[in-house]
Amino acid sequence: MNEIYKTDALIAEDIDSYLDTHQHKTMLRFITCGSVDDGKSTLIGRLLYDSKMIFEDQLAALESDSKRLGTQGENIDFALLVDGLAAEREQGITIDVAYRFFATEKRKFIVADTPGHEQYTRNMVTGASTADLAVILIDARKGVLTQTRRHSYLAHLIGIRHIVVAVNKMDLVGYDQARFDEIIADYAEFARSIGIEDFTAIPISGLAGDNITSPSDSTPWYDGPALLAHLETVELDQTVEQQKPFRMPVQWVNRPDLNFRGFAGTIATGQIRPGDGVRVMPSGKTSTIARIVTMEGDLDLAVAGQAVTLCLADEIDCSRGQVITAANQPVEVADQFEATVIWMDEDSMVPGRAYWLKLGPLTVSAAIAAPKHQVNVNTMAHEAAKTLDLNAIGVAHITTDREIPFEAYADSRDLGGFILIDKMTNRTVGAGLLHFALRRAQNIHWQATDISRDDHAAMKNQKPLVLWMTGLSGSGKSTIANMVEKKLARMNRHTFLLDGDNVRHGLNKDLGFTEADRVENIRRVGEVAKLMTDAGLIVITAFISPFRAEREMVRAMMQPGEFVEVFIDTPLEEAEKRDVKGLYAKARAGQLKNFTGIDSPYEAPDAPEIRIDTTSISAEEAAELIVSKIIP
Amino acid sequence: MSAVTLTHLQRLEAEAIHIMREVVAQADNPVMLYSVGKDSAVMLHLARKAFYPAPPPFPLLHVDTTWKFRDMYSLRDRAARKAGMQLLVHQNPDAVRQGINPFDHGSLHTDMWKTEGLKQALDLNGFDAAFGGARRDEEKSRAKERIFSFRTSTHRWDPKNQRPELWRSYNARKNKGESMRVFPLSNWTELDIWQYIHLEKIEIVPLYYAAERPTVIRDGLLLMVDDDRFPLNGETPVMRSVRFRTLGCYPLTGAVESRAQTLPEIIQEMLLTTTSERQGRAIDHDQAASMEKKKQEGYF
Repeated sequence: MNEIYKTDALIAEDIDSYLDTHQHKTMLRFITCGSVDDGKSTLIGRLLYDSKMIFEDQLAALESDSKRLGTQGENIDFALLVDGLAAEREQGITIDVAYRFFATEKRKFIVADTPGHEQYTRNMVTGASTADLAVILIDARKGVLTQTRRHSYLAHLIGIRHIVVAVNKMDLVGYDQARFDEIIADYAEFARSIGIEDFTAIPISGLAGDNITSPSDSTPWYDGPALLAHLETVELDQTVEQQKPFRMPVQWVNRPDLNFRGFAGTIATGQIRPGDGVRVMPSGKTSTIARIVTMEGDLDLAVAGQAVTLCLADEIDCSRGQVITAANQPVEVADQFEATVIWMDEDSMVPGRAYWLKLGPLTVSAAIAAPKHQVNVNTMAHEAAKTLDLNAIGVAHITTDREIPFEAYADSRDLGGFILIDKMTNRTVGAGLLHFALRRAQNIHWQATDISRDDHAAMKNQKPLVLWMTGLSGSGKSTIANMVEKKLARMNRHTFLLDGDNVRHGLNKDLGFTEADRVENIRRVGEVAKLMTDAGLIVITAFISPFRAEREMVRAMMQPGEFVEVFIDTPLEEAEKRDVKGLYAKARAGQLKNFTGIDSPYEAPDAPEIRIDTTSISAEEAAELIVSKIIP
Repeated sequence: MSAVTLTHLQRLEAEAIHIMREVVAQADNPVMLYSVGKDSAVMLHLARKAFYPAPPPFPLLHVDTTWKFRDMYSLRDRAARKAGMQLLVHQNPDAVRQGINPFDHGSLHTDMWKTEGLKQALDLNGFDAAFGGARRDEEKSRAKERIFSFRTSTHRWDPKNQRPELWRSYNARKNKGESMRVFPLSNWTELDIWQYIHLEKIEIVPLYYAAERPTVIRDGLLLMVDDDRFPLNGETPVMRSVRFRTLGCYPLTGAVESRAQTLPEIIQEMLLTTTSERQGRAIDHDQAASMEKKKQEGYF
C-alpha cells in the first residue's frame, strides 16, 4: 500500500487525528467515459479496491467470481466489482448512471459510471451534469476513435472544465512513448477543433496499475502526475463558482410565524454576507441581507454550494423560483431564448407543443420551435432536422409563457441548465442549456388599447367563451357545432364558428397532418379563438384536436373559465360505420396517412366540461344540452 | 474575493438539505420514514437544519414490526419530541392478528410487517412522497438508484420508468395515485454517516456502542436476547461484549463482538475491519438478488 492510503497505522494509533484529517477532506465528482473494451470497469474497480472500499465478504465473492470466470487467470478481475447485475440485464434498464464512492487522504470522490452504447448520450449528459472532471479513456492499441470524439464533445458541451485523457492498456503497447505521443497529438488536434483549450494526458494501465495511484517505473519518459494525484489536486468547480456574482434561486419560503420570513435555497454562485445589497429578479426590488440563518447560529459568510436561509431587511415580495442576486449585478430576464436541447425520451420532441420547462426551482410552460439544426455527435456536423429523437442534440428557439430570470449556461449550470417535462406523462423528456435571450421579445411591446376586452363583452351583453368540440373524424362535431351556433344566434348571442376543414383552406393551408403540423394547426386556431374572445365573441370550434397536450395548451391561453371542452364521444366503430366523407375507407386502404383512429392516436379528454354520447342522444338533443349548460 | 473550501461533509449536507426542500416545495403530502437507525438519525438531523427555525413540515412515520430492540422504541419517541414533529407509528393489523414473528414465519415476517405495513401506512395517510435513508454505497444494485424514485399507484418500482436526474434539478411531478421515495443520503457512505454523527454530536441508539449483552448464536448470526419472547431451545444466553452495525428486528440482526465504546472507537473498528455493513442482516441472505426483488415489491 502506498502513501495515498497510509491509513491503517494512523487509524490504529491515533483515531482522533485521523478523524480530524478526514473531516477536512474536499469532494470531487467525476465521470468516466469509455466502453468496457477500454478497460473502464477495470479502472474504476481498481480505484475502489486500492482505496479499500471493498470489504472482506465482497472481496471473497470477487475472488471466487474471478476464478470462476477466469478472465484474468488466477488474478482478480476488478471489472466484476462494478459490472452490472444479472437482474439489471434482464430488466432491460435503459437509463443508467451508477454512482460509486471512494476516498483518499485528501478527497472523497463520487464517480459517475455510464455504461452502454445505445443510450450513451442521455446517460453521459446526466452523469456529466454534476461532474467537475471527465476521464476519457483511450485504448492505446486503438487510438482516438469515434466514441472518443463523442465523449469529448459531450463533456465539453455540458461544461466540464477538466478533461483527463487516460491512454489505457499501455502495457499492451510495450509502454511505448512514441505511441502515446502520437495518440495525444491526434487528440489535441481534435480537441482544439471543438473548443477544448486544455486537457491532461496520462499513460496508464488499469490492469497492471501503472500511473494510477503512483508514478510507474514502466513509463520513465512520463513526468506528469499519476491519475489519483491529479484527481486529488485539480481545482474544484466550487472554488470558481464562488468568484462569480451572487445568485441564489429561492426554493422555499420559510414562514413559521409572523415574526420570521426566510428565503431558503442553495447558493448557485458567489458569496454573501449580512449587509450586502441584493436585488430580487424578475421583480427588480432591492433590499439588504439582514441575517444568514442556520440551526447552529447566524453566519457571517455563505458561499456557492451551501444551502442557507436568508432574511432580508425589507418586506419585499419573493417566492419560489425567483432569484436573489447581487444588487448591482442582477441576472437577465427574458421569455425567448436560443438553447441547446438534448432529447431523452422514446417519444420524439414535438415542435410547438407546450412542455414544462424546469429551471432550478422555477417551472414554466414552454414551446420549442423546430430545431435550427441537430448535431451529429460522431462527426460534430450540423444536420437539418424537423424534430429531435431520443439521444439527439439540437439547437432551437424556446419561448416561455412568462419572463424568467436566467444566465447563460456557460456562466451558471444552475441558472442556465433546464429539464423538459412532458405535461401528460410527467416524464423528464429532455434537458437543455440556455445560451442567450432573443432580442425579438424585448422589442415587441404589448399595445395597450383603450377599448378593453371587458368593454367588448359588455357591448355584446355576453360573457365570451370558447366551446371546444373534440372527437374523431365523423363523430358529429361540425353538425352539432352548427346547430349550437344557430340556437345561440336565435338568442341574440354573438358567435363565430371555426371549422377544421374551413380553416385548412386559408389560415392553415400550409400545414399537413404530421404530428408537428397538427400541433401548429391547433396553436393557430387557439390564438385566433383567443383574439375572438378578446372581441367578446362566443367561439365554437370543431377540430379533431387529438392530443391532450394541445387542448391543454389552448385552455391555458384563455382566461380562467372561458374554455369549455366538449367531448363528442363517438366510438371508432360507429364513426367508421357512418364514414360521411369516405375518409375511413381511404385510410383503411392506405391512401390516407396519419388518420386519427387508424394510424394516429386519439387521446380522449379525462375530464371534459361537457361530454356528449352520440350513441344515446341525437345531434339536436346534444346542441340543446350544450346551450343549456352555457346559458343559465 | 478569497474562496472558502467546503468539506465533503458540508457538501453532502447541503445536497441533502436541498433535496428535502425540493420535496416540501413540490409534494402535496410528504412524510419521513424513520427507522431509528443511524441513517435515520442523520436524516432527521438534516431535516431539522433544512427548515430551521420552523420544525420540519412533515410527520415522522415508523413502520413498526413490534420486534425492534427496546432501546430503539425509547429513542424514537424522544427524538420526535425533540424535533417538534408528529410521530406516526403503523403496525400492520393483519400481522398483529396473525401474530407474525421472525421465529416462525421466515421471510413472511418482513413481507407483512415491513413491505405490506409500509404500503398500508402510505395509502392510509395519502402520503405522496416518503423520505428514506438508503445509501448508494450499501450494495451494488443500489449504485444506480435515483434520488427521486417513482412508484406506481400499487407502490411498484418500475425500473424502466425512472427519470434522469441532471444538475440539482429534480422532477417530482406525478399523476394522481403515484408516489415517490426520496433518498437524501444517496451519496453518503457508511464512513460519512459515522463522521457526521461524531461531528454533529447526534444521539444514536446505545446498541451501536459495545456493552455486555445476553447473546446466543443461531445460523452463524450472533443474536441478542432482548426480551422473553426469544424462544431458547435449551440454550443459555451468554454475556458477550457486542455492538450492532445496523439495527432492525432484534431476532434478525446480527451483532459483532466489540469493545468499541466511543464513536471514534466505532469508526476505528469499522475502518480496520473488513466486513460489509449489510452482512449483519438476515434479510439479505434469504435469496439471491433479494434486495432488488424486495425493492420492486415496495420494500425500501
